[in-house]
Parts: sequence; structure tokens; C-alpha cells
Amino acid sequence: MKIDRYEEIFLGISTVILVVFLGALVYAAVVMHITMVGMAGSIDPDKVAETPPFDHPGVKEVAPGKYEAVVIGKAWSFKPKTIEVPAGAEVTFIATSVDVDHGFYVEGTRINLMLVPGQISRMTYRFNEPGTHLLLCHEYCGLGHQFMYGRIVVK
Amino acid sequence: MSNPIVESPTYALPSNERAFVKWNLYFGFAVLAIGVVHGLRQALNYAGIDTMNNLPGMHGYYQGLTVHGVFNALVLTSAFANGFIALTTARGLNRKLNPMLLQGALWTLIGGSAMAAYAIFANRASVLYTFYPPLQAHWTFYLGLALVVISTWLTSWALFAALHDWRKTHSGERIPLLAYMSVVTYVMWDIASIGIAIEVVIFLLPWSLGWLAGADPLLSRTLFWYTGHPIVYFWLLPVYVSWYGMVPKQAGGKLFSDPLTRVAFLMFLCLSIPVGFHHQFSDPGISPTLKFIAAVLTFGVFFPSLMTAFSVMYALEIGGRKNGGTGLLGWFFRIPWRDPSLSAQVLAMVAFLLGGATGLINASYNVNQVVHNTAFIPGHFHLTIGTAVFLSYMGIAYWLVPYLHNRTLWSPGLARLQGWLYFGGVMIFSHGLMSGGLRGMPRRTMLARAAYAKLEPSWHLPGLMTGIGGTVMFISVMLFLLILIMTVFAGSQRAADAANDLPVTETIRAPEESGWQIELDKFRYWIAVTVILIVLAYGPFIAMYLPPKLTSHAFLAF
Repeated sequence: MKIDRYEEIFLGISTVILVVFLGALVYAAVVMHITMVGMAGSIDPDKVAETPPFDHPGVKEVAPGKYEAVVIGKAWSFKPKTIEVPAGAEVTFIATSVDVDHGFYVEGTRINLMLVPGQISRMTYRFNEPGTHLLLCHEYCGLGHQFMYGRIVVK
Repeated sequence: MSNPIVESPTYALPSNERAFVKWNLYFGFAVLAIGVVHGLRQALNYAGIDTMNNLPGMHGYYQGLTVHGVFNALVLTSAFANGFIALTTARGLNRKLNPMLLQGALWTLIGGSAMAAYAIFANRASVLYTFYPPLQAHWTFYLGLALVVISTWLTSWALFAALHDWRKTHSGERIPLLAYMSVVTYVMWDIASIGIAIEVVIFLLPWSLGWLAGADPLLSRTLFWYTGHPIVYFWLLPVYVSWYGMVPKQAGGKLFSDPLTRVAFLMFLCLSIPVGFHHQFSDPGISPTLKFIAAVLTFGVFFPSLMTAFSVMYALEIGGRKNGGTGLLGWFFRIPWRDPSLSAQVLAMVAFLLGGATGLINASYNVNQVVHNTAFIPGHFHLTIGTAVFLSYMGIAYWLVPYLHNRTLWSPGLARLQGWLYFGGVMIFSHGLMSGGLRGMPRRTMLARAAYAKLEPSWHLPGLMTGIGGTVMFISVMLFLLILIMTVFAGSQRAADAANDLPVTETIRAPEESGWQIELDKFRYWIAVTVILIVLAYGPFIAMYLPPKLTSHAFLAF
């Protein structure tokens, strides 16, 4: 199949662009450790309240400067509603849903997770600057979806 | 230097097929008229204007959002693809299509849509067009959607049967390109729609009837997105049939390469499906490795769209230069912009440059975290499905409806204005949504009543732009419907002679009659490649995940 020279050049440039973009993604994932939520285990959605760590939702310091925030999504609120951590804290969010799909999105950060019933979502993020972030459910979860939000307060 | 892409230079459309195409178009556009009313209400919602109490019989925002998504993205698109691709296949092969299958397809589509519409308007299916369980819709919603999918399968069998017949009398010949593109579209869709069929028929429909104890949320999401990504190519490829097969002729040019067009369509067949995980980058329970593979394959499926950009621009350039255009870009201004069908489709292509670029952002694995489920996403897909596809539908309708009725288009000037108006509207609208999304504005949320929205001043201007742009788009669609109605009832009659044909292009480079290129027409090889890629992409997840965990109870608070 003969390919026109201009088309060859166009497709060559296209390929280079796509490969460079993919390279940037690999760099961000491998070198900068910006990875996606993965396999953090499953859970019976009916037994969330008695299954550790979800029997004690809230924030605790697990090592100096390292925190765990355990959050339950339930139509139409987050438990706890407000999460307070000091500036510089490395926070691991561990969250799930007891009913329908919810979103777990912290405005102004890259924390952007789905909470799917039966699955545990886990993501670590370092809050460097003090301030207040909006925590949003950004997946439709029924009539009161627009009321489901919380705050992350970095002191 | 001029090679046909159809079997025969002349063509007479049988009357039953004419009726099939007409009724699919009428039904699709009637459904659209309802769908865009709810689209307008959502655009106003972003601007903080709550219209939820102003429509009698409607129960809430999410009910309207379900109407908008199901009617526009599922029903209109299926109706248009069924009608248009049946026509292009029949024209390409110069063959009659099986009338029983066509009849069945039309009535299944109408019946299924009516069932789903009943469930939605009775407020028993406000589950949005993604219908993630354990949100549970009434069983008529699931059965209705299953019938809509079955109508596309019935149509596809009519196309495959026609191709099979054609091959019997054309042994060793290359499939005419117009029919080739059309058939590949439905081969891809038949394989792609298996996921949603399993989700609905095996799991959700029995569950909604009380035959299954629960639903599996993650497995359902995975089956949905197995179909949910390639469905965008089921929306797009009929438009590509027009961009490759007709737009060059309308621009006064020719399509350059027949073989490369076939390669592009085969790449869409093989690569459209194994990429669904890129809609689930933020889902727990799926390995990041599989997500990354999906990202790489998504970059792969971007490639045939870049090939399309080259081929279609080249065809436009040939037309523009023939028309006296000179210089590096001068030809672009000399294509026949006065033809409303062409101008709408070229504007759709311009929007698609932005839609493609923003789609690449969404597909970019970790970058997706910045935009996932924010208003950036509807900002993106109103440029792709909402403009590249839909504005092209309108452009195609501007020759297709006059063709079907042997009438001339009513008020071409207004039709031209309509296309530009839509384009201008969506530029404002999508900019609003995308800039809001980058500032954290969520999608599919009743922001007009969300307490937190008022505390976010950075969302105000994006929300306002969304409302204004959406209003302009709505006005434009109303003009479109007016032009169609006036064309059917008041367009001037023209002779039903051989000159009244589809605007079919010719190619400069013909397909080879021997050598490896003939393998491009042997679909079984390419279907095998497609299946292997699907197994590689989905096999590891399915093998580790099964059996289904039907632990989630029905959630009905909507």
C-alpha cells in the first residue's frame, strides 16, 4: 500500500506525540508515584459498621506525620463529615460505601475516587499547605446527591 | 484517478427502505426534541437557575437528566445509525435489505424506547443513562433498553445478509468502500454491545423482577463500560462514513486513499473495545496495571482518528483548491461554505479537534484524576457526541431529508445560520463546563440546590457560560427541527430522477485487486484479533473476580 509522503509525515508526527505523552504518564506513575487506586480488598456492604477499620471512622495518626482517614459514604453524607489534619501530613484515605456508588473527590487535589459498595478505596496524599478543601460526592447517588459533601481542614 | 466507492453509478431506493430510513429519522429527531428540553434545564441549573418546579409531570432534576441521556445518547443515536447505515450499505452494495429484519428493527426500537420512557416518566427509573446498580429501575426500563440494543442487532443482520448475498455474485472482488465502512461499524458494535446485553439481561432485569437477590456493583460497572466506551464509536463511525464517503464530494473534492480508509476502520474495530477500563481509572478493585494497559490502547485508538483528520482535511483541500483556494490555508476558505450540509459537518470536525484533545486528557491514566467526574467530562463529550456527532447528524439531515422526500431544503440560509449558531453555542457551553470542572465543579449534580455551590465563587462564571451556551444550542436545535418540518411539508418538489442520489465521493487511490490488501476484506481475521485483544484486556479481571457477588440491595430513593 503506497502512503502519500505528507500522510507519512503527519502520521509520523502523530506517533511521536502519542509516544511522548505516554512516556510522560509512565514517568509520572513510576518516578513521581502518581498512581491510581487499586486492589485494597473487598468488604460485605451490609457489615461495614462492624468490619475494621470502618468500625471506627475518623482520623488517627499511625506514625509521626502519617495519618489514616477512615471514611464511610452513605446516602447522603460522609462519616465523618469533617477531617482535620496538620499541614505537611501524609494522609491515607480508606473509604467505602454501604449503599450505592458514591464519589470521593477533594477539590484542589488529585484525590478523586469512586466508592463502590463491596470494594475498599485507598489513596495516599500529602497536604502541604494549610487551608480548607471541599470534599464532594461527585457520583449520582439518588435524590439527595447534591447535599452530600464534607470538608478537609488542613491546619 | 477516479474510483467509485459504490457498486453502481445509479441507484433507486426501494420504497420500504425509504420508509425505514424516514421513520428512523423522524423517531430519532422526535425523541431528540424531548431530550434537548431537559438539556436546556441542566444548562440553566449550572447557571444557578432552578427550573425543576416549572415542568408539569416531572419529579426532579435527575429524572430530567435521565431523559436527556437516554433519549439523546442511546435512542437518537441508535435510530440514526440504523437508518443511515442501512441506507449507505444498500447504496454501497446496490442490494435490497431483508424487509422483515428492517421492520423488526424499527418496531423493536420504538417499542423498547416507549417502555424505557414509561419507566422514566413514571419516576421509576431516575438512574441516569449509566444506570449503575444498586440504583434500581423498574423492569420496563431494562427490558426497553435491551430491545433498543436488539433493534441494532436486527439491523446489523440485514446488513450482513446483504453483504453475504453480494459476495456470492462478486467472488474475488473488493467490497465497495461505502458498504465496507458501514458493515465494519456494525461488526464492531455487535461485539461491543455484548457487555451491556449481559449486564442487563443476565443481571439487572432478573434482579428488578425479584428473581435475583442482589446486584454486583463493580461487575456491573465493568460490563457497562465494556460497551460504554465503544458505544462512542458506534455514535462516531456513522458520521465517519459521511466524512469519508460524502463530505469530500460535497466539498467538490475526492477522498484520497481507499486502502487507508479501510485500515482506519479496521483499527476502530480492533481497538475500540478493549479500552473500557479508562472509564474506571478511579474505581477500586481493578488493578492499576490493567488500567494502564487500557490507557495505552486508548492512545492506540486515537491513531485512526488522526488518520481520519488527515484524509478528510486532504479531501477538503482538494475541493478548496479546485474552487480557487491558494496558499497554505487559503483553500479552507474556498470550500463551499454556503452549503449548510457541508458547513455543519466541517464545523463539527473543528469541534472534534477540541473533543479529541480533551478525550486524550481523560484517557491519560493519572492525569484523569484531575478531571474524573467533574464538569470537565460533559464539557468534553458535548464536543464529541454533542457536536462532532450531533452537528454532523444535522448536516447529513440537510441533504438526507430532501433526498428522501424529493424536495428541496427549506431556507438554506436559515440552515446555514443554524449550524453556526450551534457551533458558537457549544463553544461557550463546553468552555463553561470544562473550566468549571478544572475548578472542581462536579458533573451530574443539581448544583442549583447544592448548599456548597454558593460558597464557590470560582464556579459562577463557568456556570453562567454553561447556561448561556446551552440556551443558544437549544435555540439552534429548535431551528433545526423547524427547518426539517418545513422541508417535509413546504419544500418545493423536485423530480424523482436519477440525479437525486446520495452525495457519494470517489477516491484517487483505488484498492488493490490482489496482494495482501485483499485480506482487509476478510472480516473473520480482524474479528479474531479483536476478540484476542478483548480477552487480554478483560480476561485477567474477569478470571480473578468471578463469581459475581450479588450482595447489594436495591436502592430506590430517587
